[in-house]
Amino acid sequence: MTALTYTRASGLLLLAAVVSYAFADMAVTALHPGQELRRLLAGILQPDFSAVEVWSVVWTVAFAVLGVGLGALSGFALAIAYAHSLGIRSLATVLRSVHELFWALLLIQIFGLGATTGILAIALPYAGIFAKVFAEMIEEADLSAERVLPLGTSVISAFAYARLPELAARFQTYTLYRLECGLRSTLVLGFVGLPTIGFHLESYFKQGRYAGAAALLGVFYVLIGTRRLWARPLTMPFLIVGSVLVLPTALGGGSALANLVRFFGHDIIPAPLRNDALLSFATWGNLWSWFKPILTGQIIPGVFKTLILSQIALAAMAVLALIVFPMVSQRFAGSVGQIAGRIGLVVVRSTPEYMLAYVLLQLLGPSMLPAVIALSIHNGGIVGYLMGRHADALDYRLDAPSGFNLYAYETVPRLYGQFLAYILYRWEIIVRESAIFGILGVTTLGYYVDAAISELRFDAAVVLIAATVLLSAGIDQVSRRLRRGLRIASLPTRLAEEPTATTAQAVLNRA
Amino acid sequence: MERDGVLSLRHASAGYGGRPVLVDIDLDIHAGDKIAVMGRSGAGKSTLLGLLYAQRPDAIALVPQAAALVRSLSVFHNVYMGRLDRHSTMVNLRTLLWPQRADKDAIGDVLASIGLSDKMFAAAGTLSGGQQQRTSVARALYNGRSILLADEPVSALDRVQGADVLELIKKRHETLIVVMHDVGLALEHCDRIVVLENGCKIIDAPATDLSAKDLLGRFGAAA
Repeated sequence: MTALTYTRASGLLLLAAVVSYAFADMAVTALHPGQELRRLLAGILQPDFSAVEVWSVVWTVAFAVLGVGLGALSGFALAIAYAHSLGIRSLATVLRSVHELFWALLLIQIFGLGATTGILAIALPYAGIFAKVFAEMIEEADLSAERVLPLGTSVISAFAYARLPELAARFQTYTLYRLECGLRSTLVLGFVGLPTIGFHLESYFKQGRYAGAAALLGVFYVLIGTRRLWARPLTMPFLIVGSVLVLPTALGGGSALANLVRFFGHDIIPAPLRNDALLSFATWGNLWSWFKPILTGQIIPGVFKTLILSQIALAAMAVLALIVFPMVSQRFAGSVGQIAGRIGLVVVRSTPEYMLAYVLLQLLGPSMLPAVIALSIHNGGIVGYLMGRHADALDYRLDAPSGFNLYAYETVPRLYGQFLAYILYRWEIIVRESAIFGILGVTTLGYYVDAAISELRFDAAVVLIAATVLLSAGIDQVSRRLRRGLRIASLPTRLAEEPTATTAQAVLNRA
Repeated sequence: MERDGVLSLRHASAGYGGRPVLVDIDLDIHAGDKIAVMGRSGAGKSTLLGLLYAQRPDAIALVPQAAALVRSLSVFHNVYMGRLDRHSTMVNLRTLLWPQRADKDAIGDVLASIGLSDKMFAAAGTLSGGQQQRTSVARALYNGRSILLADEPVSALDRVQGADVLELIKKRHETLIVVMHDVGLALEHCDRIVVLENGCKIIDAPATDLSAKDLLGRFGAAA
């Protein structure tokens, strides 16, 4: 095989997008999209703050704080043995590969539409994410002090003195950053019926009450934008206790224990295996005839559509990031650009892709277009912002050109490896989101999951969710290989680790 | 006078990835020896210390080449780490949060002797290079084991400070093996000089038999 170059990798991704486009349905089907858009803009310009449901904001914060807190705690426990135990690594992979909306749809069957579902739907996938990231941090930690410890030091003492102090600060920063993501995820849980902000947003959007939606969303942006002020190490104990005190009582669902037993003992077991003799040949034949239509009628077309959507979105996001980043870089846009960049990032990062896709579907009508736009704006904005930071951290020679020449001859070529690292890292995230958008009506995997759950065919739903897990695990593997092949595997990819002048320089020296 | 042998190497060799770093080294170290290990960088000095440490890790206090401190912990806690093995885990965890009077006094004495009293509760990461190096020495002093292996413990200190630190080490530890570059300090404070070159031991003699000129001629390190 010929060597993988930046050009070839970019060409491949573009080619995949072009081929996918041929299979995609990108039409605008709404009758009067312009009219609806004008109403939306009018609503944004005149937000109606009397429509803000205060309790939904409180519960969003409470679910996010407790869900992320529980996730961080369990993730920390898993991280300690992560490097040594394949079982724990697999558990963490499964936990984080199932999207929080899928978790919520399953948990609702057991715990009803209440706090337990809301908190666990965040805590379970986040535990998997925390386990992986904390384990990586433990591995990257400076261990020179540990080697000097006197022989006979207990394992716990060694961890507490030589590792934890170095790690505690990083764990803390990462956990608080994740709280922002947790708030966004919790908002989205409202779209499947939990009492968070998303619940009211959905009904406002559906009724065309854009002024109310804009006000509620504005409150959410302020909440995220001021996160550094109210979620600090010192305020966390109060936030946690406060969150427990304000939790709503569960709505319906009956006994959680009975539901749990029924769910695991009956519902998710493939129908042909529920009553029949497991040793009989006919049972296994029935299992195949149960599985075959799911595979051919749902999994294969679902995977196909998910991939088509994500490839187009990936390329669109990459192009968008390349266009956006000079606008947020001081070098290109001056200090105005920097401020605009900060605000832009808060808005782009806080706007859940799922909600954006929902709104665009209302505006443009059902097709893949709304999903592509939502994915590329959200991810392209984030990558563009990060690239802008990298662009400012570069060391330019004194006689460097300016404007477009600087962009084309210096900045983009020098940052291209970092750019590809971000794009490839985002690939898996986009595939996971693409699958989820099925719940909104695009026929990706999530569409079939949602249908199976509403028909109470939980056995099929679990199989379909497993298929999405495998798909994103596969994409993750391909992305890793590509990053290794391009020698960009060690470049930063996490949003939590925003580049500063020094880290970016270190990165470039390495590259 | 026949003294107890505490460490010894016979035909010791070591290498990294096929490249020999130490070749066929014989070395006997007796209780009370004060040895300076010298040689150009890459001669195998740190590897030699590593081999010696592996022999009796339970009896050796170590000052590694990089100070190897936990940057976010205070100087007090970094020094306390020299004795983690001699307290229960519960006591260690408590000390992490609430240092006890007795420990503060003991570590205060060590820090006073090395000129770091005013930095006891400063985070190690905020110290200068020389202060970090002295913290690393203080950790070994507090560890108190009879044999001290130190890899360039005075390289970031001026000569007067370096001499003070070496005197202090000599007082607290019976046997010393110190990697250093300063020929004058080595001849003045150690009683035996070992010089390595390309992984071989080329000099192993009492300090009194050697002059600065011999050593400088051998490996040309500036005094």
